[in-house]
Amino acid sequence: MHRLTLAQIARGLAAKDFSAVELSDALLARIGQLDPQLNSFITVTAEQARSQAQAADARRAAGENGALLGAPIAHKDLFCTQGVLTTCGSKILHNFKAPYDATVVAKLAAAGAVSLGKLNMDEFAMGSANESSHFGAVKNPWDTSRVPGGSSGGSAAAVAAGLVPAATGTDTGGSIRQPAALTNLTGIKPTYGRVSRWGMIAYASSLDQGGPLARTAEDCALMLGAIAGFDPKDSTCVDAPVDDYLATLNQPLAGLRIGLPKEYFGTGLDSRIADAVLAVVEQLKKLGATVKDISLPNLQHAIPAYYVIAPAEASSNLSRFDGVRFGYRCENPVNLEDLYKRSRGEGFGAEVKRRIMVGTYALSAGYYDAYYLKAQKIRRLIKNDFVGAFGEVDVILGPTTPNLAWKLGEKNADPVSAYLEDIYTITANLAGIPGLSMPAGFVDGLPVGVQLLAPYFQEARLLNVAHQYQQVTDWHTRTPAGF
Amino acid sequence: MQWETVIGLEIHAQLSTQSKIFSGSATTFGAEPNTQASLVDLGMPGTLPVLNEEAVRMAVKFGLAIDAELGRTNVFARKNYFYPDLPKGYQTSQMDHPVVGKGHLDITLEDGTVKRVGITRAHLEEDAGKSLHEDFHGMSGIDLNRAGTPLLEIVSEPDIRSAKEAVAYVKAIHALVRYLGICDGNMAEGSLRCDCNVSVRPKGQAEFGTRAEIKNVNSFRFIEKAINHEVQRQIELIEDGGKVVQETRLYDPNKDETRSMRSKEEANDYRYFPCPDLLPVVLEESFIEQVRGELPELPGEKRARFESQFGLSTYDASVLSASRELADYFEAVQQVCGDAKLAANWVMGELSSLLNKDGLEIEQSPVSAAQLGGLILRIKDDTISGKIAKMVFEALAAGEGENADEVIEKKGLKQVTDSGAIEAMLDEVLAANAEQVEQYRASDEAKRGKMFGFFVGQAMKASKGKANPGQVNQLLKKKLEG
Repeated sequence: MHRLTLAQIARGLAAKDFSAVELSDALLARIGQLDPQLNSFITVTAEQARSQAQAADARRAAGENGALLGAPIAHKDLFCTQGVLTTCGSKILHNFKAPYDATVVAKLAAAGAVSLGKLNMDEFAMGSANESSHFGAVKNPWDTSRVPGGSSGGSAAAVAAGLVPAATGTDTGGSIRQPAALTNLTGIKPTYGRVSRWGMIAYASSLDQGGPLARTAEDCALMLGAIAGFDPKDSTCVDAPVDDYLATLNQPLAGLRIGLPKEYFGTGLDSRIADAVLAVVEQLKKLGATVKDISLPNLQHAIPAYYVIAPAEASSNLSRFDGVRFGYRCENPVNLEDLYKRSRGEGFGAEVKRRIMVGTYALSAGYYDAYYLKAQKIRRLIKNDFVGAFGEVDVILGPTTPNLAWKLGEKNADPVSAYLEDIYTITANLAGIPGLSMPAGFVDGLPVGVQLLAPYFQEARLLNVAHQYQQVTDWHTRTPAGF
Repeated sequence: MQWETVIGLEIHAQLSTQSKIFSGSATTFGAEPNTQASLVDLGMPGTLPVLNEEAVRMAVKFGLAIDAELGRTNVFARKNYFYPDLPKGYQTSQMDHPVVGKGHLDITLEDGTVKRVGITRAHLEEDAGKSLHEDFHGMSGIDLNRAGTPLLEIVSEPDIRSAKEAVAYVKAIHALVRYLGICDGNMAEGSLRCDCNVSVRPKGQAEFGTRAEIKNVNSFRFIEKAINHEVQRQIELIEDGGKVVQETRLYDPNKDETRSMRSKEEANDYRYFPCPDLLPVVLEESFIEQVRGELPELPGEKRARFESQFGLSTYDASVLSASRELADYFEAVQQVCGDAKLAANWVMGELSSLLNKDGLEIEQSPVSAAQLGGLILRIKDDTISGKIAKMVFEALAAGEGENADEVIEKKGLKQVTDSGAIEAMLDEVLAANAEQVEQYRASDEAKRGKMFGFFVGQAMKASKGKANPGQVNQLLKKKLEG
C-alpha cells in the first residue's frame, strides 16, 4: 500500500479497495517503524490523521469523490498548522504551536487530504543538505550515510521512503527541486505568486514559493491543482486562473522546443550527471521534441546575487523571533538587550546566524548600493536572460544539481561548496519562473535529477513534459532498498 | 550675538480608517490591551500584510490639499529595529518613494501675515504598539492594539523660525487633517504627535546649525515650551563655548526641560529596503481625480472666501476658518441673520468666551447656530439692544428658552420704541434728578458732554435696559436742552 501514488490511491479509495483510515493507519505504522532511520518527521499527528481519515471516509460514503479525499500527505514544518507544533526546524520555535493554518494547509485539508505530520527541514529553510535542523539531520533513504538534500529534506526522504505518497515543500533557491533530484522524486516549484505564502514562515519573501514533492508528475499535478490560486491574504499572490494540470498531462510532445543552456553543462558538473541528462534529451527527441543550444550568460552571477538578496530579506524576516511573544526565550534575562541577545543567540543555529549577519551587512548604511541594489540589478539581468531564451524555446532543460547526494557532514566546514550545489536551481527563484525536477537515472546507485524550466505560469507544460517522459521510462518507479 | 532659530517639524497623524493599515483589525482607541491585535498585528510567523486602500486614499487627499506632487509609484519599505512593542522587528514605512512629495501650507501668524511653509514629503507607515511600564513589577507589559494603526508622517522643510510659528503650523496641519476628515486630531490620545527638529544659527549665517530632535511633543502648549526651552539651551551652550551635538531629546513637561535620549552615534542603522511582501502601489490618474472630487473646501480657500464674500479681516477670517466645525457654525449663523460682521463678532466674542469658560468644543455649544442667528436678527430689527442681547444669549445658554423670541417674550425684554412711553419715562427720570438737571443747564458744552452720560444711565436703568438707546439719546437731548 505504501508504494501507491496519489492517483492510484484515488482509484483505490473510489473502488473501496481500502479506506482512508486503513491507508493512514498503515502509513503511520510504517513511519513508526522506519523513520528512526531517516529522521524525516519532526511531529507525527496520528490522532488528527485518524480523525481526518474518518471524516474523509464519511465524505466518500456520502458521495463525494475528490481526487485527494482521504489521500495521506505531510507538511514541511514551516507551514503553519493550527494547534500543531510548527518549528521551522529551529530551536527558537521548538515550542511554537501555530494559532492558524497556512493557506496551503487549509486548501489541502478542504480537499480532504489527511495530514500525517510535520516534516523535518533545514532551519528556516536555509541549507541544501537538511543538516542545519535543530531536530537533527535527515538521511537519504537511497544511502543513509548521505544527505537527502535540502531544505525540504524531510519531505523528500519521507516520500522517497514510502512513508507518505506526497508532501509539501518550499523552494527559495532549489529547496524542492534539489532534494527531489537527490531522492528520485518529482518536485515542482511554481511561478512566484502561483501559491499563497500566507502561513508559510518566510525565509526570503521575494523568492519563497510552496509546491509539492511526489513520486510522479501526475501526483504533482494533483497536489498543485489543489494548492495553487489567488489568496487575498497574500499581496504577492497572483489573481490568475489556475490551469487544469491533469487535463494537459497527455498532450504529445511533438514540436516541443527544448533549450539546452551551454552554461549548465560547464565546469563543476559531474560528467556522469551530464550523461544522464543528455540521455533524457535523447528520449524526449524520440517523443518529438527538438533541441536547441541556448545561452544564459548571467548564470555565473546567480549565486552571489542570491546570497545577498536572500540573507538580506531573511535578516529582516527573522527579526520577529525575539523571545518576546512566542517561541524560545532565554532563562532569566537581566534586561531587554540580554533577552534579545541570548534568546536569539541560543535559539538560532549557526547557518541561520551566518545568513542574518550577511544580510544585515548587505543592508547596512554605506553598503546597500554595493550589495543589495547591485544584486537586484543582476536579478533583472537573469530574468532578461530567461525572457530572451523563451523567445526561442518552450522549455529549458539541464541538470538539477551538479553533484550526487554527498556524505553527511562532508560540506559542513565549507558552506560555500554547499551554496554552489544550488547553482542550477537558484536562477528560477531569482526570475520567478516555474521549475521542475524529475528522476533521470542513477549513478553509483544514487538518483540523478533533470530540471525543466518554463515561462511564467506554464506549470502545465512542465508537468506535461515530465509526465510524457515518465510514460516511457521507469526511473521514477525505482525504490530505495530497505524502504 | 543675535540668534536665529530654525525649526523643521515631523508630524505623525493617525489616519481615521476603520481598520489598520495592513490588517483587518479595528483601530478604536482605549480598548482592552491586545483585544484589537490580529495575527498580523502580533507579527505571527507566516503572516503577511495587505494594504488598506482607504489609508492611501486619505494620504492622497492630504497631498492634494497641500498642492503636492503625488508619488505615482508608491513603494513600502521596512525600517528595521528591535523594540518589544514593534512586533515584527521592523516598521513598514516608505523611504524613497513616498505617497506625497513636495508641497506647501500657508499659515496665518498672530500679526495677520500669511507665511508659506514647505512640506518636504508625507509618507504612510504603521504605528507601533505601546510598552506599559507601570503595574508590572520588574517587567513591562506590551499592548499591541495600536500596532498597525495607519500613520501619515508629514515632514516640513526647515522653514519655521520661532516656537510661535511652529505652533501656528501644527495648528494649521491639525485643522487641515480634520477638515479632510482623515485624522481626529486628538493630541491627548496621541492621534497627532509632533517631533521638533531645532537648531540655532547666528543671524545672517546661511548654513544651518547642528540640530537636536525633540521627540513626541503632544500639545500645542508643550510644543511652544519645548522649542523655547531647547532654543535657550542651545544658545547658552554655544555662548558658553560649547557645541550642540546631533541627538534625540525628550521634553519633560513636569520639569519644563529637554534631556538627551540618544546621540547620533547610538542611533539605529535602520537598514531600509523595499518590503518584499508588498507590491508597489501605482496611483492611477482616475483614482487621483476621484479623490480630488471628494475634497472639501480647505481652510485657506475658506479664509479667502470669508474675506471676499463677507468682507471680514484676514485675522477674523483665519480664526473662523481654523476648524471646519467653527466655520460651519459661523456660516450657519450668518445664513440665519444675514449679517456676517455681527455673526463674526458674536461667534468670536460672546460664544467663544462661553465655550472657553466651560471648556467646550464648538460642536458642544449650548447655543445653536440657529439660536444665535435668531438672536442677532432681533438686534438688527431693534427688538432688543446689544446689551439686552447678551442677557438673552446667557438665557439661551442656560436653556431658558427655545429661541431668542421666546426668551424676550417670557422675560419681557422687548425694546421700548414708543416715543410717548419713552418721553413719559424720561420726564420721570428728570423730575427725580431735578438738581442734576439744574447743574446741567448751567454748565458749558464740555461739562454737559460728561453729564449727559449720567442721564442716559439713569434712563436705561429706569427702563431696565429696554428703552431704545438711540431714541433715549435723542429725546433726552431735546428735553435737557429745553
